[in-house]
Amino acid sequence: MKISEQWLREWVNPDVDTQALAHQLTMAGLEVDAVEPVAGAFSGVVVGEIVSAEPHPDADKLRLCRVNAGAESLQVVCGAPNARVGLKAPFAQVGAVLPGDFRIRKAKLRGQASEGMLCAEAELGLSEADAGLMELAPEAPVGTDLREYLGLDDQVIEVDLTPNRADCLSMLGIAREVALLNGVPMCSPEIAPVLPTIERTFDVVLDAPERCPRYVGRVIEGVDLSRPSPLWLQERLRRAGVRSIDPAVDVTNYVLLELGQPMHAFDLDTLQGGIVVRCARAGESLELLDGQTLEPHESSLVIADHERPLALAGIMGGQASAVSAGSCNLFLESAFFTPQPMAGQARGYGLHTDSSHRFERGVDFTLQRRAMERATALLLEIAGGNAGPVVEVVDEAHLPSRAPVALRAARIPRVLGLDMPAADVERILGGLGLDVTASEEGWLCEVPGWRFDIAIEADLLEELARVYGYERLPTRRIRADLAMPTQDETRLSLRPVRSHLSSRGYNEAITYSFVEPELQRLFDPDTPPVSLTNPISADMAVMRTSLLPGLVGVARRNLNRQQGRLRLYETGLRFVPAGKGLLQEPMLCLLLAGPRQPEGWDAKRDGADFYDLKGDIESLFRIARREGELRFVASERSALHPGRTAAIHLDGEEVGYLGALHPSVRASLDLDMDIYVAEIATRGLLSARMPAFTPVSRFPVIRRDIAVVVDKTVTAGELAENVRTVAGPYFEDFTLFDVYEGKGIDPKRKSLAMGLTFRDQSRTLSDEEVTEVVQQVIDSLRKNYNAEQRS
Amino acid sequence: MENLKALSDAARDAILAAEDNAALEQLRVEYLGKKGHLTALLKGLGKLSAEERPAAGAEINEAKQALQALIGERKATLEHAAVAQQLAAETIDVTLPGRGQRTGRQHPVTRTIERMQDFFGAIGFDVVEGPEIEDDYHNFEALNIPAHHPARAMHDTFYVDETTVLRTHTSPVQVRVMESQAPPLRIICPGRVYRCDSDLTHTPMFHQVEGLLVDDHSSFADLKGLIEEFLQVFFERDLAVRFRPSYFPFTEPSAEVDIQCVQCGGDGCRVCSQTGWLEVMGCGMVHPAVFAHCGIDTETYTGFAFGMGVERLAMLRYGVNDLRLFFENDLRFLEQF
Repeated sequence: MKISEQWLREWVNPDVDTQALAHQLTMAGLEVDAVEPVAGAFSGVVVGEIVSAEPHPDADKLRLCRVNAGAESLQVVCGAPNARVGLKAPFAQVGAVLPGDFRIRKAKLRGQASEGMLCAEAELGLSEADAGLMELAPEAPVGTDLREYLGLDDQVIEVDLTPNRADCLSMLGIAREVALLNGVPMCSPEIAPVLPTIERTFDVVLDAPERCPRYVGRVIEGVDLSRPSPLWLQERLRRAGVRSIDPAVDVTNYVLLELGQPMHAFDLDTLQGGIVVRCARAGESLELLDGQTLEPHESSLVIADHERPLALAGIMGGQASAVSAGSCNLFLESAFFTPQPMAGQARGYGLHTDSSHRFERGVDFTLQRRAMERATALLLEIAGGNAGPVVEVVDEAHLPSRAPVALRAARIPRVLGLDMPAADVERILGGLGLDVTASEEGWLCEVPGWRFDIAIEADLLEELARVYGYERLPTRRIRADLAMPTQDETRLSLRPVRSHLSSRGYNEAITYSFVEPELQRLFDPDTPPVSLTNPISADMAVMRTSLLPGLVGVARRNLNRQQGRLRLYETGLRFVPAGKGLLQEPMLCLLLAGPRQPEGWDAKRDGADFYDLKGDIESLFRIARREGELRFVASERSALHPGRTAAIHLDGEEVGYLGALHPSVRASLDLDMDIYVAEIATRGLLSARMPAFTPVSRFPVIRRDIAVVVDKTVTAGELAENVRTVAGPYFEDFTLFDVYEGKGIDPKRKSLAMGLTFRDQSRTLSDEEVTEVVQQVIDSLRKNYNAEQRS
Repeated sequence: MENLKALSDAARDAILAAEDNAALEQLRVEYLGKKGHLTALLKGLGKLSAEERPAAGAEINEAKQALQALIGERKATLEHAAVAQQLAAETIDVTLPGRGQRTGRQHPVTRTIERMQDFFGAIGFDVVEGPEIEDDYHNFEALNIPAHHPARAMHDTFYVDETTVLRTHTSPVQVRVMESQAPPLRIICPGRVYRCDSDLTHTPMFHQVEGLLVDDHSSFADLKGLIEEFLQVFFERDLAVRFRPSYFPFTEPSAEVDIQCVQCGGDGCRVCSQTGWLEVMGCGMVHPAVFAHCGIDTETYTGFAFGMGVERLAMLRYGVNDLRLFFENDLRFLEQF
């Protein structure tokens, strides 16, 4: 909403400057976005009249104009297409300064003297229009200073209104607030009924009274729309950002800006029979004022005559019934459309108009007749003609009901923390136009027609706070009983996990939860992802079913930016359709690429591999003391190397995977180094085991190292499991300290060397009993895995 | 006894010249051993008269002890030199860089959220998280934003289907908590939120931390106090905070919160668009309709809610000048936090 300060001060003129006024509005919840002068900084520009215009002898597009600037007449070279005899336009005299500190001097253009410059609106900072000279009214007094003539020493205050404050979408509404905030009176223009001078009326029927309970119409005959609107009207519209069209449209727009009532003018001679306000019918079509033709949806309200729809009610008029310069007889509409059913209507057609904006939010339902009288008076004054009687059709039952709202005095300190004096309460609410009467507990307030946002006590409390001033309301520390939080010791947060990953060199990334469908398919072809119906772009169209595509994307971007070593992680939800439902599962994703150690004077440049990542994962589970419940099971997964992938099992349940990116996937993503990734459901990391004490033995450990040769297909995991099962009650630990393949061993086989330790709580074990157990282990391995002991 | 002097002098020279323990031991044997030169002199005392004998004996013993001490000293000197030599040989260049992993960093968004959790956690706010794909009811309806409410246009919602959205704020988590727990409540809800908007100052996904307090005595004054204190603690500065009336369907009265510009201190600069103020969060008293949806009695309880954009606050706190950096995940950016 753009407000001319000059205009506002005609209504209410508090003794504060522009900046203070803007601050007041902002602090009252009517946020001022900008305060801008209505014109650029310029001086020395007067009203000039072109008295002759000849072609320039040496330039096709230029003309030699003689300009009457009041005191004298001067030759000016001008290139504007609309430079013609009789035109009055802004004339920057020699010595004038235009916006941008541009000084006008005597000049020669293609050999011809030019003493000044005729100006377009853009050159004066009045608007963006720069196609031709600004055309001033024929009656503009030649030689008058343009700033004075147009009243340009004015500012436009741009207010960004919240959706609840439709009442401030007009000069009337803003002025009411300013008057209250400053405690000064508001003088609104007097609106007297215009007595009809003709009998003619036009029939109006409300066919959908629940959506249009009031319609005020009036016939105006014999108007002359061929002349432009007067300067003051054009300027007020321009400063509000509205283009001047013709007197009829300008007047309806003016009333909208002044009072907040959207109006419409029909060319009466194009209407058939009478007005019917009804829902659109199937198959009807309507060409709107913006040129588009549409078939209104049957849920849309239209203004129709007895033949066809004329306008989308409260949104936009139609082309066929629009007024034009030649229109002579008009039918003016001033209606109330119920906000709720209006909501979303315009948006449904991709439209948004000053009218729909107001009707959706709520227009004062008592305003229609007053607006009609105001528009009639203005129109008759500007365009002449004769007005018929006002036709008002009302369905009282469907007008908004305004039950009085009770405000209890006790609620003010309870909600606002302040004992507000009763006088303040009554001054504020009264100033807002509420009819306030004292009641037993406080007050009873009748709400005016323009306030659609006041229906309950809280709405009144808000108004009190807002007008009283948030800054003046008290401030204090919250108070609560001190209570120790109950804390489940086995429930961990992600914090120690994150800090552990940091110490192991991982950087945290955060990627979008929506990913490119193609990439998603590459990493998880079997899960159909959740798609967005309105993605922001095609490459962010589906919700991730895995954090992997995002993190690989991060790796790719960094590798392309010459980073050679990556340790990355991300935590967040993945979204997996599960039957009729949807699983939103918190995950941790890890990625490892490049050398094991940062480059250094002593570091080996070995690439990190599967076992580095596996070690990191095992260490993570130590935080929750669950490393012993982990099992890694060779498995296959799309996008991962089939020989270098493991499913991660925790206490028998699959909780994730780790592996190398498949070489073909790497190739398709132009990644030329090994990349290891893992993804783990975080619930296993966050649900810890309680520490369980076992006594620490005072007796020495006995260690036996054995080496066995087995087929390469036998896994270390199987052997370890076997050892644990048969190693007897004193078995303590198992360490695999060497894996050897090659010289001296059957090429199909490998040697594994392991250290077994034994200990008892109550005595030192004898050599013999340990030897016996170790022999059992070896026998079992031989039997189950065809293992030979290597000496 | 001329001989004693000569022997002592010779032994002294030899001991001082000895280069290792073995040579010293040899000299000890040669002079002080059972068959050593000085031992031999003692044995020769018998040839002296009874009057001469004690003095001569004492003299020889004295010389022996002196030599013994000298050997000890020399031994210590040699050992010391040997240690010094070894240490010198073991000297390393202490300026060479250390070995091992380079500690990674947390994302600035996480860092900021954790700081916020600490501040609110210290005064008894619990952290609660919730789903990011939400139903229309929790994201809108229960928050007093019915279908076609003009406020929905403020939200630029991503839709999964007609009744399912990507949450546009973390307020639905508050609804879920109010539905399932009785007051008093003090919670904060951090997490990802989504809005269909992308330009220099908007990313389609960002993070919010929202908070809620419901009890039987708190008012707008407590809200103001809490927010003001939080912002001063967050920025570690005694900065001016102002509350401006605004509108959110789920709170009433509602406020936008501005802080004095952290860049220019309120004088006006590019960061604050010359206004001296920065809008950092929204807040207000919980709307009675929201309480009604959640089954909380509006006569007994009042409450307030607040919400802030994490990236916005992180940018101001750390001077980050481009929002999009948060999601590009360039290591050169990540490693700064």
